[in-house]
Amino acid sequence: MKTARLWNIWIPTFAILAGLLIGAFIMVIFGYNPVDNYLSMFQGAFGDINSWGATLSDMTPLIFTALGFSIADSAGFFNIGSPGQALVGWLAAVWFALANSSLPGWLLIPGALLMGGVAGALLSGLAGVLRAYFGTNEVISTIMLNYVALYVVNYLVQTQLAIHHNDYSKTIPAAARLRTPFLEQLTRNSTFSYGFFMALAAAIIIFIVMRFSRIGFEIRAVGLNPTGAAYLGINSKAVIIRSMALSGFLSGLGGAINGLGNYENITVSSALPTIGFNGMAVSLLAGGNPLGILPAALLFSGLSIGGLNMSVVSNTPPEIVNVIIPTIIFFVGCNYAIRYLLNHQIWRKRAADHPAEAAQTTTFKREVD
Amino acid sequence: MAQVLVSMQHITKRFGDFYANQDVNLSVHAGEVLALLGENGAGKSTLMSILSGLRQPTSGTLMIKGQPVSFRSPRDATLAGIGMVHQHFMLVQAFTGLENVLLGDELVHHGVLAEKRAQTRIQALADTYHLNVNLNQRVAEMSVGMQQRLEILKTLYRNADIVILDEPTAVLTPQEITSLMEIIHQLTQEGKAVIFISHKLSEIKAIADQCVVIRHGQVIQTLAVNTTDESTLADLMVGRHVSRSLAKPAPQLGTVSLALRHLSVKDHRGIERVHQLDLDVSEGEIVGVAGIDGNGQSELLSALTGMLPASADQFTLNGQDMRHRSPRQFTQQGQAYIPEDRQTVGLILPFTLAENLMGQGFMAAQNYRFGLLNYPLIRAKARQLIQKFDIRTVSEQVPAASLSGGNQQKLIIARELSRHPNLLIAANPTRGLDVGAIEYVHQSILDQRNQGKAVLLVSFELDEILQLADRIVVMHDGEIIGAANPAKITRQELGLLMAGSPVERPEAQSYVTVSERSPRSK
Amino acid sequence: MSTIILLMTIVSTTLIYAAPLMFAALGGTFSERGGIVNVGLEGIMVVGAFSGAVFNLSFAKVLGPNALWLAILVGGLAGGGFSLLHAVATINFRSDHIISGTVLNMLAPALCIFLTRVLYNQGQTPSLSVSLGTTTVPGLSQLPVLGPVFFTKTSPSGYFAIGVGILCWLLLYRTRFGLRLRSVGENPEAAATLGINVVALRYSGVILSGLLGGMGGAIMAESITLNFSATTIVGQGFMALAVMIFGKWNPLGAIGASLFFGLAQSLAIVGDYIPVLSHLNQVWFQIAPYLITLVVLVLFFGQSTAPAADGSTYIKSK
Repeated sequence: MKTARLWNIWIPTFAILAGLLIGAFIMVIFGYNPVDNYLSMFQGAFGDINSWGATLSDMTPLIFTALGFSIADSAGFFNIGSPGQALVGWLAAVWFALANSSLPGWLLIPGALLMGGVAGALLSGLAGVLRAYFGTNEVISTIMLNYVALYVVNYLVQTQLAIHHNDYSKTIPAAARLRTPFLEQLTRNSTFSYGFFMALAAAIIIFIVMRFSRIGFEIRAVGLNPTGAAYLGINSKAVIIRSMALSGFLSGLGGAINGLGNYENITVSSALPTIGFNGMAVSLLAGGNPLGILPAALLFSGLSIGGLNMSVVSNTPPEIVNVIIPTIIFFVGCNYAIRYLLNHQIWRKRAADHPAEAAQTTTFKREVD
Repeated sequence: MAQVLVSMQHITKRFGDFYANQDVNLSVHAGEVLALLGENGAGKSTLMSILSGLRQPTSGTLMIKGQPVSFRSPRDATLAGIGMVHQHFMLVQAFTGLENVLLGDELVHHGVLAEKRAQTRIQALADTYHLNVNLNQRVAEMSVGMQQRLEILKTLYRNADIVILDEPTAVLTPQEITSLMEIIHQLTQEGKAVIFISHKLSEIKAIADQCVVIRHGQVIQTLAVNTTDESTLADLMVGRHVSRSLAKPAPQLGTVSLALRHLSVKDHRGIERVHQLDLDVSEGEIVGVAGIDGNGQSELLSALTGMLPASADQFTLNGQDMRHRSPRQFTQQGQAYIPEDRQTVGLILPFTLAENLMGQGFMAAQNYRFGLLNYPLIRAKARQLIQKFDIRTVSEQVPAASLSGGNQQKLIIARELSRHPNLLIAANPTRGLDVGAIEYVHQSILDQRNQGKAVLLVSFELDEILQLADRIVVMHDGEIIGAANPAKITRQELGLLMAGSPVERPEAQSYVTVSERSPRSK
Repeated sequence: MSTIILLMTIVSTTLIYAAPLMFAALGGTFSERGGIVNVGLEGIMVVGAFSGAVFNLSFAKVLGPNALWLAILVGGLAGGGFSLLHAVATINFRSDHIISGTVLNMLAPALCIFLTRVLYNQGQTPSLSVSLGTTTVPGLSQLPVLGPVFFTKTSPSGYFAIGVGILCWLLLYRTRFGLRLRSVGENPEAAATLGINVVALRYSGVILSGLLGGMGGAIMAESITLNFSATTIVGQGFMALAVMIFGKWNPLGAIGASLFFGLAQSLAIVGDYIPVLSHLNQVWFQIAPYLITLVVLVLFFGQSTAPAADGSTYIKSK
């Protein structure tokens, strides 16, 4: 058990280093200085209170979408739909805030967040229902729903929320803002908002729910062995739908907080919001652990925010960051190879003292007869 | 003496610090049937995987027709004339018989598969050895017996001189076994050698010339079969004297626990697999359901545990209507289940022992504190059960996957029996276990019956049914086609019943308690 | 617009939109027939579109229209190379197929836009000067009715894709390679016992998917978007997956299914000229392909069965 936990640290560490190394390699090939670039990236992400504000603000929606992905993943479902779920959540929250601008903040904010979460849950819940009752593969169905969401949201923004023929909505009323003058002053006008503290709370709550609650037990059981779970009396269809809905709820919440906290409006977009796929990457890096999602999100938002600074300083295309992130996930996915590699190193050292023990760690003992 | 085709000398295979085979010597002659006898886990399959090129020995020499060889892959073994029929057939379900035979040694004409020519050639080969195989049928639609003949045909197409059959009779009816024996005879007549892996003594007596007994990876003895009796073989295999019967007091029948009238079950594809079945199980008795795999047993079990919906005129458990009930409601009604497939149905392997032992208890309020699972309590309960049921483990916090098969089965038994059930359903409860574990499982089942609980035992192992059951019913093609008294019926008669033919002797069937069996309405 | 002209437009736009899908879906078919799920088709198409566009821009002046077809080949080669990442991850390193495919999808746009900035100093390439456009087939176009509808101002890439699709079917169902590839997607352990090199076959399945997917991407850039940008490939790779499933993992099925999807997309363009459709808002045409995919999956996914070992990791015993 202890070694398993150790691996949960080793693999992401190795993957991050490998990703950064490959990023550096690409920079060298195209004539950019990786050392300078990584330094200005670090400076841009964590250099002063303002950049900390920007980084923490950027990681806030990522935490939500990552938590959302991790819940569906625990139940055995690969919810690729979080970009679409975040987008509809964003729309619903902004719409609610604009439509009820007379409400006081203590009603408006929870209401808007709830609408955002519910919108996301409806979209992912649909994929859950299709999976539970028709056996439709959730990977494909959520991808398709992503694009449906993108075009429908654009259409609604243009026809319902935009003034004249703009491509963006009005700014949300002040009562709905998650940023406050206090926080803006503290972080010298970054977009840092109270949403960040909500994200921290969400991570802790989801951790407890998944580890210790009945629904968490049911979700983990279905994810690990649906037949065995069914025999224990777990209604797997209900768990599929619930876990997918909960997953979409969190993604929708991430979109809502992005809308109320970071952007304060919604615009027509040509592509799906990046918080979706990046949230997925965060969750994969964290191995689905809700608490591990916090440092993983910090890393990826640091890369994104720092990447902007890097391209200002050195003219390196900021897309290099988006090359590094999937590269890290590539190595997380290849954790078997990493284990093998590291095991072989350890094996060589340990073989001298305990030959039998070392052999056991490397041989995957399958049924012998 | 005929030519020595295979000679294994001082073969050792080590996995880590575990010796699967240690210093094994054996030889096989042309025209001979060599039986390899040993318990599950004794090392028979590893030894044969070395001979068939799947694994490489750690040390030792392998000689084929007098030449030392070193197989790097199954292909090398095939080229040396070795054909292996695995216990779990190595067939592509979606392919036809012809495609399966051809795969890997295709006949090609101008880059295009020459299927016509191949078909003629392979059909001729099948005819020579009287192998009834429909080459144009997809494997998924073939009977198990035909799939096995197809596997043998594959080895012959590759000019095998030595055919290895790994537990070939496990899935066959007694009648199919007879025809397999004829095929084996045919092969040896043609000068081929057959290695027959089994732990069934009667079959070894019937077909083999020589028998190699393997225990703990080592050859215990090699003997001529016709001068050795079955009980000697059994003692050698297990390494101690085996009493082949259990002490069993007369049954004390109580009230009817499970009652089924006209129960029909459809499988996941909507095909009716159990037709209008009637069955009663009373407290204090073990009812054994015999039958060949695939005759509706698994659908019956799924219905009895609420995993598949069933239609019935009556389906009651302790008087409660159980139609359209979920697994949870069966559990609450006091039913326990030891499933055939312990790894996918019985356990959640990555969960800890404690979580698995809690099992259905995740619904019970007593396992929660402040709305969250009370792990200290759950672990304490688990430690008690681990001790009581003698589960060998380092701790209750390791995953169930880390246990041996026998201990995984004990884990399930501990969980199910600790719920104090009034009906126990056991499906092939000893499949893949070693003798010690089998005795433990049998005794646990018998204890339940002796305590006045109702037990339904579904098994493909005739010996298990004959030993444990107070009453036998035989399932064929989704119906119960006969009932039998285990004390009176012979294995051969039971085999005929399992194959769907009626038994003429009335006294063998004398023990029928299913009242007023009404004729099928269809 | 006369009926003949309308039909001609529908047929040619259907073929234009079907061609990239067809290539990518054929690619997916090879990969999954060999047992490797490839949700990375989207990323592979991006790489193909980028390298095809770059080749086209660089060599159009020298090679003229020949650059078009060479660009498709270059797109295919680049896609094949890119797919090696997926092959290494899933076959050697035992990565989850979906995770690895997702990595491809995230990596490709980032890498290609990065390179676009390096090469052109902006986020998208300039417009292509030569494009696939439409062709009138001499001779056949003179046939009554069929001539104008199918062979006048029609899509060369569409017919090319259909031809390749038929070749793919022959390869998969009539050759030794095809039989062996399908066997490793159904039961790799059984194939291995017969001396079949599971790893090599799975590699070739994935590389073929990269090759065909990359060609599809290049065709997309050269016949529809006419440049390369972040929005050149938006969901076509995913749609190709649906086409593959709808076509039951069979190349002929993929041809039929991509024509159907091509038609759905073509209606978005010619819809204005069809009385019933002209009142619909554009958003319906935008979401139609995805909604149709979803409906098709719900209705057909249960019935069509994937190769038995699709998505599994093959572990060789020691």
